[in-house]
Amino acid sequence: MIHLQRRANPSKLMGYLAPFIALLLTLAAGFFLFLMLGVPVGEAFRAYFIDPISDSYGLAELGVKAAPLIMIAVALSLGFRAGVWNIGAEGQFILGGICGGAVALYFYEVEAAYVLPLMCLAGIAGGMLWAAIPALLRTTVNANEILTSLMLTYVAALLLSFLVHGPLRDPDGFNFPESRLFHDAALLPSVVQGTRLHIGALVAIFITVMAWVLLSRTLLGFALRVNGTAPRAAKHAGFGQAGLVWFSLLFTGAVAGLAGLFEVAGPIGQLNSTISPGYGFTAIIVAFLGRLHPVGVFFAGLVMALSYLGGESAQITLNMPLAVTGVFQGMLLFFLLAADVLINYRIVLGRERVA
Amino acid sequence: MAGSSLVTMQNITKAYPGVLANDAVHFDIGHGEIHALLGENGAGKSTLVKVLYGLLQPDSGSVTWQGQAVKLSSPSVARSLGIAMVFQHFSLFESLTVVENIAMGMAVPATDNLRKRIIEVSNRYGLPLEPNRDVFTLSVGERQRIEIIRCLLQNPKLLIMDEPTSVLTPQEVQDLFVTLKRLASEGVSILYISHKLDEIRELCDAATILRGGKNVATANPKEESAQSLAALMIGEDIQPAIRTNQVKLGEPLLALNQLTITSKSVQNMSLRDINLKVHAGEIVGIAGVAGNGQDELLSAIAGETRSSGEMIWLKGEFVSYWSVGSRRQAGLCAVPEERLGHAAVPSMSLSENAFLTGFHRQKLRTAGLVSAGRCKKAANAVIDEFDVQCHGPHSAASSLSGGNLQKFVVGREILQAPDVLVVSQPTWGVDAGAAAAIHKALQGLAKNGAAVLVISQDLDELIAITDRIGALCAGRLSKLYATTDVDAQQVGQLMGGTHSLEVVA
Amino acid sequence: MSDPSTSVLIALTVITAATPLVFAAIGELITERSGVLNLGVEGMMLVGAVSSFLCVHVYGSAPLALLVGMAGGMVMALLFGFLTLSLQASQVATGLALTIFGTGLSALVGQSLIGVAYGGLPKLHIPVLSELPTVGPLLFQHDVLVYASWLLIPAVSIFLKRSRAGLVLRAVGDSHDSAHALGYRVIRVRYFATLFGGACSGLAGAYLSMAYAPMWVENMTAGRGWIALALVVFAVWQPGWVLFGAYLFGGITILQLHGQGIGINVPSQLMSMLPYVTTIIVLVLISLNQGRVRRNAPAAIGQAFHPTT
Repeated sequence: MIHLQRRANPSKLMGYLAPFIALLLTLAAGFFLFLMLGVPVGEAFRAYFIDPISDSYGLAELGVKAAPLIMIAVALSLGFRAGVWNIGAEGQFILGGICGGAVALYFYEVEAAYVLPLMCLAGIAGGMLWAAIPALLRTTVNANEILTSLMLTYVAALLLSFLVHGPLRDPDGFNFPESRLFHDAALLPSVVQGTRLHIGALVAIFITVMAWVLLSRTLLGFALRVNGTAPRAAKHAGFGQAGLVWFSLLFTGAVAGLAGLFEVAGPIGQLNSTISPGYGFTAIIVAFLGRLHPVGVFFAGLVMALSYLGGESAQITLNMPLAVTGVFQGMLLFFLLAADVLINYRIVLGRERVA
Repeated sequence: MAGSSLVTMQNITKAYPGVLANDAVHFDIGHGEIHALLGENGAGKSTLVKVLYGLLQPDSGSVTWQGQAVKLSSPSVARSLGIAMVFQHFSLFESLTVVENIAMGMAVPATDNLRKRIIEVSNRYGLPLEPNRDVFTLSVGERQRIEIIRCLLQNPKLLIMDEPTSVLTPQEVQDLFVTLKRLASEGVSILYISHKLDEIRELCDAATILRGGKNVATANPKEESAQSLAALMIGEDIQPAIRTNQVKLGEPLLALNQLTITSKSVQNMSLRDINLKVHAGEIVGIAGVAGNGQDELLSAIAGETRSSGEMIWLKGEFVSYWSVGSRRQAGLCAVPEERLGHAAVPSMSLSENAFLTGFHRQKLRTAGLVSAGRCKKAANAVIDEFDVQCHGPHSAASSLSGGNLQKFVVGREILQAPDVLVVSQPTWGVDAGAAAAIHKALQGLAKNGAAVLVISQDLDELIAITDRIGALCAGRLSKLYATTDVDAQQVGQLMGGTHSLEVVA
Repeated sequence: MSDPSTSVLIALTVITAATPLVFAAIGELITERSGVLNLGVEGMMLVGAVSSFLCVHVYGSAPLALLVGMAGGMVMALLFGFLTLSLQASQVATGLALTIFGTGLSALVGQSLIGVAYGGLPKLHIPVLSELPTVGPLLFQHDVLVYASWLLIPAVSIFLKRSRAGLVLRAVGDSHDSAHALGYRVIRVRYFATLFGGACSGLAGAYLSMAYAPMWVENMTAGRGWIALALVVFAVWQPGWVLFGAYLFGGITILQLHGQGIGINVPSQLMSMLPYVTTIIVLVLISLNQGRVRRNAPAAIGQAFHPTT
């Protein structure tokens, strides 16, 4: 029989290896999934993992998809480290898009340098506002932030739908549920000529580095880590829990809001009812896959962005449903959680000695 | 009283990764015998008892029950033979009622019939208990009664009691002994696990002594002295801390004025009108059975819970509204009872745990950033000074044994040179050698002019090292007495709720 | 509104809206009472919904489809149980993974089912009683799952309060260490509770796709799994309150559908926010009384258990 034996010290090696084990297992499971769907496996893998990044345009697209994922996931991982389970980043992303987009639409005919910074501020404010609600409810009445932040995501999606069907709808748009196109002054300049890669990619790198320093070297980062694993010890050391909850939520809200604004002011260029392909939720997987460590999250974000591109490419070339991407992402997270057991336990073959 | 053998365990060996918990241990109990299993923390007592109760399977060895070889594959097998056990940490369910708890322990439904039998047994053995009460409303003594009644309802032939008195007042201990002696006279054998020598000499007919997982002796405790038993148990001479007689009191450093904190939840005890002054150079002890407000008192003084007005005074200032950090910077350090998860973060290294409370008073950061080097140095200082057995400052706190972690968390605060140190259960679960080292360190701190407040359930410890002593009961603090003026019985009265001794004396 | 048959019709729609919530919440209640927090209700419901609908589409048998829906939820719960109970993975993270995975898997499987029509579960008219005016159509002309949801509440209530297995379940959720010390199989009890939760979530999903809609729509649970989780807190882990809470939310959902009909002129998207906003308000109200929540919450909820000694 197989049983688990606790390690005296958590294994550092397994901490690094587990994501790779999970990736391998996901590929293996994907192999069987493709077989079951009756898709030629070789072509499917090529469509998924090679075609999307075989040219510079593809690589830029990878950056376009990875930027919001990395930004949100790095911010989320700080909160998850602190035991603050904000799973409503999707809603905060949408609110950022709405608020930033509303500014762009308000200055619809203005060509000025202040428009874009103002949009960014509005996006940040929108995301923070949406994250402040669960923070307030958690710190005052101890309402579970998982449920409140998630409920607010549904509210945000409905709010966006309402706005693009009503007040923000393009008056000349034949009643399509979308806003006017933003003025050029309200669009993010591209970082690499001829691609859609925008400043979000640089922001993602900046946030990664900043979060790394914050988590590993500052008192705040230390307090976040302690609060997540031993809340009573955090209290003993004098770290106020309410402050950490507020920080975690507001920081994620701000970053997710900014990412949302980047999305509408970058690749999309207007408001419509589907501004996010689930970045806020996928970022949760990215955060775990990256070990809740900013650098790990950075690379995990690239992998996950590839799965989006792969899904789109496989849909075009092999006519495969987009939902396969969700299945892949779910499996990856499952395998990762399973592989994580190796960090704290070793698997022992033989008779179980513990009753 | 003792008859032929009821149970014999032979050559019991049980290894854990890295530890040989039991090494060819044997022992033997007769019918109607009260048999002590004596040993230090980590001597292998718990492992042996878990084997006997079917919770652990030994790697090798045999158990004979009334002359028959038996395989104790699970607790239910042990129970069906007539073995019952009262655990040190009760196996109770807070949200269930007394009768439901007993039903769980006996694997029977919680019926009216069971309720009647509980009342019968509780009357017969003088163990008052209401079957329909929720457990979370009961005192520790009452909780132990649930466990004992549960065992008695199974008409056991052998009753195992694991450190039963560590949570009781001296009076409750006497009541318990009456019950146990009565049971033995009715033919029930009792295996009594303890490290308290006086109790064993008073109660037990025979003693098996374990040290480092091995049998070292079988003795008749009534013929041994406490010293000779201690020598067998510990195996080396440990010099106990000696009270430095009648220190000259300095200025008061910490004062509590009518400290009152009303608890918001059922799990916590409210504190009522606590008055206390701790002076430079003295050690004040607070006795009391667990759950009478010890954690709440420590939290209030350390600043984990805020109080109001002028309730807490530290070195000339009222600090009731101050944060933990401000109080630490002003010179007040604290060590809570729970080591893992409260005093230390289990998954973090000793370096990081040195930073946890150290950063308030020690320079562990450079330019605002945590300095790994300084943290490591601070951790190493504690490890060296207090002889903490570990693989170095990178070891996770959870990888240390209880005693070594205790040395680390106490040492961490002492090396911060606080003016006031509040410490709860400083030697809980620690072996005698480490306990003596911690006691000496606390005394040294006081001698250098600090005010030390020790909250402990271990009366012997308090009597050994404190200058003044009082007791907490139901969130109230008794009057304080010079430790040399009172004996254990009198402190026991204070623990039982007597506010001052003059009235009774 | 004065026409009695209109109120009966509205009441009937409330019942259909509440029934999936009853199933999902009562299943999660049992799971949580054993000390396991499974946040994957939404994912289990979706898999239950799609698998039952697929089954009824292929084989045409409604009873078989309901069983398959249950099985779908249970397979998901088993996956959750294996990760959290056997491999000690974080319950919060695994629950989220279960929802993400369930959403993707159901969308993949359901690809071919979009636009497929199904007549809905047959109504079982209880003889004689269903003929009664008002009461008859209100209480005795439903499909089998509605009756089952009504029976499930008292059954679970009696199971928890009166049965020995219920006692063991509550005890394991209160302190797994104590239960283990007394020789109970903590992990096994939790597997059973988790699987029961999966079966109930699967049925809740099956009800959505086979009776409520009845059709398959991608992501058709629309947050009901999460609302069910909130309902368990709202009900302070008591089955009777689950019934009350589910019908309250059912009413709110219906208010949103019939809002325009009864003269509330608010855009549909804003009306659709009602259940989610209500959930938040309810959570706040219930959280105001922390003492009550803490007294009733299973003490060991969300904590991993590994028998080391």
